[in-house]
This record gives sequence, structure tokens and C-alpha cells, in this order.
Amino acid sequence: MKAAILVFPGINRERDMARALKLISGHEPAMVWHAETSLPAGTDLVVVPGGFSYGDYLRCGAIAARAPVMDAVRDYAAKGGLVLGVCNGFQILCESGLLPGVLMRNARLKFICHDVHLRVERSDTPFTRGYNAGQVIRVPVAHGEGNYEADEETIKRLEGEGRVLYRYCSADGVVDEAHNINGAAHSIAGIVNDKGNVLGMMPHPENHVEDIMGCTDGRGLFAGLAQHLEKAA
Amino acid sequence: MKARVTVTLKTGILDPQGKAIEGALKSLGVDGVASVRQGKVFDIELAGADEAKAEAVLKEAADKLLANTVIENYRVEIV
Repeated sequence: MKAAILVFPGINRERDMARALKLISGHEPAMVWHAETSLPAGTDLVVVPGGFSYGDYLRCGAIAARAPVMDAVRDYAAKGGLVLGVCNGFQILCESGLLPGVLMRNARLKFICHDVHLRVERSDTPFTRGYNAGQVIRVPVAHGEGNYEADEETIKRLEGEGRVLYRYCSADGVVDEAHNINGAAHSIAGIVNDKGNVLGMMPHPENHVEDIMGCTDGRGLFAGLAQHLEKAA
Repeated sequence: MKARVTVTLKTGILDPQGKAIEGALKSLGVDGVASVRQGKVFDIELAGADEAKAEAVLKEAADKLLANTVIENYRVEIV
């Protein structure tokens, strides 16, 4: 795995992400500053980490989405390269047009910072092959604006094409409004683009990868990506 | 030349911030408020003096950055 983690001013989860990737893939990821106009040669995974790029000014992720490095990411994604956006990274991918829809203020207005359960909707993608379809995992969330919304047509397309990969649910996998922490349409926690190579998700799998964190449910996502890339190589 | 871009949420988009403000106004006893929607105003100083060109610049600014047209509408005006 030759991962590149994008770094914007105000991002604060890039070290957690680097640690998780190193731990699971054995390879140190490259840190790529937002003003760069290209990605390191041979990059096979771009990660847009969480945090508060540009202090969430204007709209979450709006300014980072227009940074010079994002043109390189768009080219890379257009060629089928894998992109993972977590939390603010998901917001940045939506703002950049790499993913449809938008992340609105949480329906109950509160910043939510605790563990949640996610149902993995399918296992036949690079981002979920480390899990079984229907498996429930526990990972933390930490966001004020994670309420995924899109127009009806887009939601219908996402559902019809099986592009919702992660959904908020109860500990035993029930998806309902009681467990839809931020009011997201269809309890959406993570989606992929139409080609299936760009994933955005609000929760932080990188924060549940070691025993000391109290849970290792996030490992499957990175292990799956590493497997996928090894197989492709 | 001075200009103003006003960005508002599209109809039908849930606006929890507007709802919270609406609730606060009601609790303050400000009567007659039916609903509140929150938006943004950008006051922009333009370098040129050509009004038609200015409008195009403002539209470009709004489309490229100031508004997320998935959920927001915008209005530009030369003031």
C-alpha cells in the first residue's frame, strides 16, 4: 500500500490515520500538503482525513475542496484510484464534487462525540471486503455536521446502485430513526461514487484499530483495502 | 464598485439553525414570527467599474465557492 494522506490547515486526524495505515499495511503513508499540485508517484490510496480544515469557515470542507491538491485528486480518482474521506474528509469530497450530496448540521444541533454502531451493507467493495455483509461494527463519531442529505433522485440512485456502504444502526444491526444519530437521509454513514472507487464516511474507523483503544472494529476497513491493493499489484 | 451576494437555503432544505433562532425569538417574547431561515451575506468590493462584467464575476464567485448549489440559492446585486 502506498497511501497519501492530504494535509490541510486545521486538519487534526491525519496522525491517527497515518498510525492506523502503518499498523495495518506495514507501510508509512506520505503526508501531502494541500498546496501540492501532484500526488507522490505510485500512490494507490488517497486519504482525506478528519478535522476542521480552515476552521469550517464558509461551509465545512468548502475551502479545502478548492485547494490545488484537489485537482490532482480529481485526476487520480477519474483514473480509478482509491480515495477514502473520513469526517471532514467526507465533507471535503462532497464539496469537491467527487461525491454527491452534502453534510448538513446534525438534526438535533448537537456536536456528537461517542461510539456508534454501523451496519456494513455489502462486502464486495475495496472499502468493505474486510467485513461480512450485514456485519455490525462499533466505531467513534465526532462531528457537528454529519447529516447526509441529497435530492430525492440522488438518494434513489445511491440506494438502487448499492452505493450506501455503511449505515447507522443499533448494536444488533437495526436501522431506525432512534439510532440515526444525526438525522441523515436513510441513516447514511458512508457512500461511494458511481465508479465505486471513492468512499466518504462520517465515523472514524482509524480510531478503533488497537486493543488499547478498547475496540478494533475499524481494522477491517484498512485490512480490506490492503488486501485489495496487494491483489491488484 | 460595491456588490453583495446573498446566499439562502433552498426551499424544503431543513435548517436546524433557523429553527433554533426561531425558538429563541419565541422564548424572548418576540411576537409574530412565523419562521426563520438563516442565510449568508457577502459584501464584496470589485476592482473594475464595468457592471455587466461585475455581475459575471460575482456569479462565478458564487458558483465556484460562495454557494453550494446543491442546497443553496444565491442572488447577486451591485449596491
